[in-house]
Amino acid sequence: MNISVVLKRELAGYFATPVAYVFIFIFLVLAGVFTFYVGNFFERQQADLVPFFSFHPWLYLFLIPAISMRLWSEERKSGTLELLMTLPLSRWDIVLGKFLAAWLFAGMALLLTFPIWITVNFLGEPDNGVIFASYLGSWLMAGGFLAIGSCMSALTRSQVVAFVLCGFVTLMFVMAGFPLVLDVVRGWLPLSVVDMVASLSFLTHFNAISRGVLSLNDFLYFVSMILAWLAATSIVLDVKKGG
Amino acid sequence: MIEVSHLSKHYGDFIAVEDLSFKLVPGEILGFLGPNGAGKSTTMKMLTGYLRPTSGEVRIWGNDVWSETLAAQSHIGYLPEGAPAYEEMTPLGFLKFIAKARGLSGEARDQAVSKAAATMSLEGVLHQKIETLSKGFKRRVGMAQAILHDPDVLILDEPTDGLDPNQKHEVRQMIKGLSEEKIVIVSTHILEEVTAVCNRVMVLAGGSIVSDGAPEALLALSRHHGAVTLELPDISDALVSSLDSIEGVSALEREDDRVTLIPGEGITDFFARVMSFVREQDVQVNAAFVEQGRLEDVFRKLTEGETQ
Repeated sequence: MNISVVLKRELAGYFATPVAYVFIFIFLVLAGVFTFYVGNFFERQQADLVPFFSFHPWLYLFLIPAISMRLWSEERKSGTLELLMTLPLSRWDIVLGKFLAAWLFAGMALLLTFPIWITVNFLGEPDNGVIFASYLGSWLMAGGFLAIGSCMSALTRSQVVAFVLCGFVTLMFVMAGFPLVLDVVRGWLPLSVVDMVASLSFLTHFNAISRGVLSLNDFLYFVSMILAWLAATSIVLDVKKGG
Repeated sequence: MIEVSHLSKHYGDFIAVEDLSFKLVPGEILGFLGPNGAGKSTTMKMLTGYLRPTSGEVRIWGNDVWSETLAAQSHIGYLPEGAPAYEEMTPLGFLKFIAKARGLSGEARDQAVSKAAATMSLEGVLHQKIETLSKGFKRRVGMAQAILHDPDVLILDEPTDGLDPNQKHEVRQMIKGLSEEKIVIVSTHILEEVTAVCNRVMVLAGGSIVSDGAPEALLALSRHHGAVTLELPDISDALVSSLDSIEGVSALEREDDRVTLIPGEGITDFFARVMSFVREQDVQVNAAFVEQGRLEDVFRKLTEGETQ
């Protein structure tokens, strides 16, 4: 499979540099800080991981762009994009292979938070089904963030610009259900469009998931989000090749 | 076989390449010559399927590069400008990745990798990260990935740029040593390279072909083609003006103790005429030779005014 050729190279690339280790370390530290200090994990005296999961959108907001910013910008800058695109690989092999590598990497970081799961099981008797669904949901959301980041990275050869763009666009999606975004569109767009914007919110879809309810609706939302942004990535790559 | 017909690439109002048409058959080593910005790299990017042409088409062994991209690309080995590679990988890892992407696996893959590495003398650095290698080695890694799958078409964008004279020589020998069944396209702005490796030269300027033919034909366009240069130890103004008066000399150039006599149109025995004059007048001559022509002359003549 050509996808796996691209995927394996890309994934190995994360671990060939300190990027992977720094990222995982910071991710775990911050996940812990949010859960135990900001989320009052102990004080709540409840055997669940709601304080852990509910901070994930905010954690992803600035950590996911750090993974996704290099996806295409780096290749564009070093010229390897031209090399990659002139190998007999289809566009989807490349776009999907690189995305899956980043997604798997995010999944690894997520899995390494398992001590929190052990802690909660040690202290009480949580519903592990709920926790499993939340993990799955969180990973899906990370995929959504990454797909947006992939598209933003394809737009520019500067990783910094890619980081900022990705941070901004994902913030808009996280906040889509909130006055911050809705007030801007409410004044001049019909109500149906405003409702549609509100329904695109990452937070609305993730809130249900973080309580352990992984409905088909939310699942499809994140999957179609991923596919749409990857398709956009592919189009951007096509249009912006001239450089 | 490569067929290029009416290939153009425009960026808005800017014309990078305009209406190129040519054919290449196996055995041809084509040199793309032209000033910077003449459209050499853009043309190569369209041949390899990286850039979409504004109009026109490219066929590689019958496969249209835009509608049958993967089939066309599998015929091609390509060294992009600057020999980009994944710097955090080792040459071995990088070449294996390229081999896998080219659909090679198992024994065939390992053989292809070690053969390409041996051809480019990379054995000593296979396990070092590419980012730690010298420019010459990086270039060789780029060449190795291009020849890895024994492609029918080899497209090399400035393969010797930034190499030292020994390395340049090696790369040229490598290109000349390729099988006669292959088509090679080399872009360069080093003029001597063209006569050293190519058997066909295409000069581009302002995105169009301004000359296409054998290197010798290109040299024949030079005003110095067939000129006679003399090295004179006792050079004097009187001697120079007497040389200028030899029948058939249309122009004379003097540089230090060298005098170059340029023949008029249609004169075939120019060297003999000059030498008999030298003998008759008993002129002291250290060296005398017939010039093939100077590529620089031709290059300037063909491309001047065409570039912005």
